Amino acid sequence: MNDTSPLLRVHNLSHAFGSLLACADISFELHSGEVLGVVGESGSGKTTLLNCLSARLMPTNGIVEYDLRDRGLTDIYALSEPERRFLLRTDWGVVMQNPRDGLRMNVSAGGNVGERLMAVGARHYGEIRSAAEDWLAKVEMDLGRIDDAPKHFSGGMQQRLQIARNLVTKPRLIFMDEPTGGLDVSVQARLLDLLRGLVRELKLSAIIVTHDLAVARLLADRLMVMKDGRVVETGLTDQVLDDPHHPYTQLLVSSVLQV
Amino acid sequence: MPQTDNQTAAAPGAGEGYNFAYLDEQTKRMIRRCILKAVAVPGYQVPFGGREMPLPYGWGTGGMQVTASIIGLDDTLKVIDQGADDTTNAVNIRRFFARTAQVGTTEVTEEASIIQTRHRVPEDPMTEDQILVYQVPQPEPLRTLEPREIECRKMHAYKEYGLMQVSLYEDIARFGEIATSYSYPVMVNERYLMSPTPIPKFDNPKMDDFPALQLFGAGREKRIYAIPPYTKVKSLDFDDHPFRVQQWEEDCALCGAEETFLDEVILDDSGGKMYVCSDSHFCGRRRAEGHVGQLPDTAAAAYAAAVGAQEAPDGDAAQAQGEGET
Amino acid sequence: MYVAVKGGEQAILNSHKLVAEERRGDAAVPELTLNQIKEQMQLAVDRVMTEGSLYDRDLAALAIKQAQGDLVEAIFLLRAYRTTLTRFGETQPIDTAQMAVRRRVSAAYKDLPGGQILGPSYDYTHRLLDFALAAEEGVGEPEAAVADEAVDDSIPRVTDILNHEGLIEEELAFGDDGPVADLTREPMAFPAERDMRLQNLARGDEGFLLALGYSTQRGFGRNHPFAGEIRLGEVAVEFVPEELGFPIEIGEVTVTECQMINQFAGSAERPPQFTRGYGLAFGHCERKTMAMALVDRALRARELDESIEYPAQDEEFVLYHSDNVEASGFVQHLKLPHYVDFQSELQLIRSLRRRHDEDHREAAE
Repeated sequence: MNDTSPLLRVHNLSHAFGSLLACADISFELHSGEVLGVVGESGSGKTTLLNCLSARLMPTNGIVEYDLRDRGLTDIYALSEPERRFLLRTDWGVVMQNPRDGLRMNVSAGGNVGERLMAVGARHYGEIRSAAEDWLAKVEMDLGRIDDAPKHFSGGMQQRLQIARNLVTKPRLIFMDEPTGGLDVSVQARLLDLLRGLVRELKLSAIIVTHDLAVARLLADRLMVMKDGRVVETGLTDQVLDDPHHPYTQLLVSSVLQV
Repeated sequence: MPQTDNQTAAAPGAGEGYNFAYLDEQTKRMIRRCILKAVAVPGYQVPFGGREMPLPYGWGTGGMQVTASIIGLDDTLKVIDQGADDTTNAVNIRRFFARTAQVGTTEVTEEASIIQTRHRVPEDPMTEDQILVYQVPQPEPLRTLEPREIECRKMHAYKEYGLMQVSLYEDIARFGEIATSYSYPVMVNERYLMSPTPIPKFDNPKMDDFPALQLFGAGREKRIYAIPPYTKVKSLDFDDHPFRVQQWEEDCALCGAEETFLDEVILDDSGGKMYVCSDSHFCGRRRAEGHVGQLPDTAAAAYAAAVGAQEAPDGDAAQAQGEGET
Repeated sequence: MYVAVKGGEQAILNSHKLVAEERRGDAAVPELTLNQIKEQMQLAVDRVMTEGSLYDRDLAALAIKQAQGDLVEAIFLLRAYRTTLTRFGETQPIDTAQMAVRRRVSAAYKDLPGGQILGPSYDYTHRLLDFALAAEEGVGEPEAAVADEAVDDSIPRVTDILNHEGLIEEELAFGDDGPVADLTREPMAFPAERDMRLQNLARGDEGFLLALGYSTQRGFGRNHPFAGEIRLGEVAVEFVPEELGFPIEIGEVTVTECQMINQFAGSAERPPQFTRGYGLAFGHCERKTMAMALVDRALRARELDESIEYPAQDEEFVLYHSDNVEASGFVQHLKLPHYVDFQSELQLIRSLRRRHDEDHREAAE
């Protein structure tokens, strides 16, 4: 669908836990500025796939290649561990479903946002702090809370902080696992608005795992529908949701949209 | 041969069927190999097969094993704790080596070839001919942030020290300054983050470009690390919040020194206090040279008299005080 | 206060004299002999030998006497002595199947080859103070009757019986028969293999292991244990001198061994089968070996692909904190002067308070 080289290329990826095959034979490409939604019910292998893609779980089989800024498409599991860890905190971002897994709950909001900058060598307190303020403003957080620890924040605020913490190094690719899971509907709506704005403004590429088709419709350009660890349907978001071909997708769409 | 303290060298119990300096030669060789590795990779914590020592863990067993492995008959040993030669633990460790290695001991910084220390770097400059051995309770500077050993070792291996900087950021955000006054972390040779042991940050700048070899022994945690002579040692900070050492408005009440680390001495139960040098040898020498501090009142004078009286029968201290006259 | 810290050498010598005086106690009471400790406080001697890692009843008795009965201190004394001893070599592994058994119980089978042998045990005593022991004239010379039938020479271990059916994993489940680590000569490394873990637990503090083992039973890392077998008795120690090239018996030691049998659901590679937890101690240390076996099994979570959620399963937590010589030293080192650090903190807190006051004054203005 695009002539230029992809940002991420996945070939025949499978992962098994013991005898349990969590995801199987998955291949796709993601291009710069594109948002891919991975949908399916819980247990369909979405999160395992996301962990494999984001260099946090070595797949049993298959290759994940990423377009590194300095050397082009590279197998991320051929990188050394420190190179992978570096990639994860610079050119990539990971927004976890549970903010507890993605934030340091006892470190102030400013410290949470500043951590990535300090990890890559920032040593000017004033500049780190003003960068943190900029990003907290971008995710619409009250700057008066900059020195408060996230353990005192609401779920929606924690999620916004997690997003700011990831975006501060201007990553090109963001992985999100159920970014609005566990939030009230009204809070979800605001967060989705924010996310959509940021993705457009920063020309981010993203892979978003969700069971919520409304989230997928709002954020994703393309969808991948998963069932029992396999991709059963892919296509442009509107096309998949308005005219689903696979019986499972039809079931998924009808069961949600009837509500 | 430097001047030594014959009184402790002739202490009873010398020999007693133990090897020279207590440890067997195989063990010393193993420890020396670890020391060489530590010198070759400045600031890196080398695991070593630490032995049980006849002193409890946490009381200087790591420093003692390092000292025991490098000490020879020609050496002269000085032991300080909190900067002072006459604190009980320093006395005890000095006695141990006088007894098991029959080496000469001294309280005079410049006379010692090996100085074992807990919590201070001497005020007097040290030379290339000397070795400073630190006792280390917790070698891992990242431990308070990351309790896992495996993860800490990865962070060192990959030079991932962002988290340490975050903890300093948090201090400034909260207190307006970096609220770490001792065990203040340093970068050694621009590569390894290192704990300088619980010395006050006042002593951190002395470690940088230091002429003497600095060795660190952690007995309980079984780690040895080192700073070779003239190595770059930088205390962590921010460009706009540079590292600063403690300063006192007061001078030493006994010797009048203006730029030493001072201990606070409580004189009465109504808040009266004075400040005196923590380095007892340094202070004693200055007094012997005729420097006098501003003793605040009669209570302080009584204190000074008490310290003098206390130390008089003790050969070490008497010698240290009288050293300027000889 | 400051002056007291500068007591120096004389104070230390005086303190030692006070200890000697207190240790002796009332001079009208006869002084304890090492033989009395060795013969009448055997279980204390056993614990000191086990955690002191040195099989020597006389030295352990001496350590107990010197430490005024403080067993952790006695263990420390024995360890500090042990570390100076010359090494001649390593013995062959002891074979507990060839043990001259004095006690052997299994909670897994009602009866089994070799039988249940209750032996000396407090298990079925009523915990009533026995005032007969307080009598001035003593207890005389109590004697236990000798059984009509001798115990079998060789009593098979319950785990070996289960192994015939393949119901339990092999003793070396992962075929690891490389050289055995020795953490008295090399530092602990993580992840720690089982040989190192077992050595650490064998030297570990009984109270700490007891609490951890107990925690697994209460649900903090439950692993469904059965006391497969506990046996106590004497085993031969064999050594292969280089010049001979074959093993010769150089003596015997008393040991307690506990084999726990635990459920295991199986994994992708392995069928469901029983797994093992192992405990071994010098002398008669039953509580210790049982606790050790529970903790050993809990620490195998990683190799058995079980989730690690609780303290007893966490090897860095367990192995770093089990040694009472290390723990006792470090806790008590807080008694040493810290006044340089405290002075630094005083400075800091005064400065922080000043800043706080200024900020508040500004805010008020």
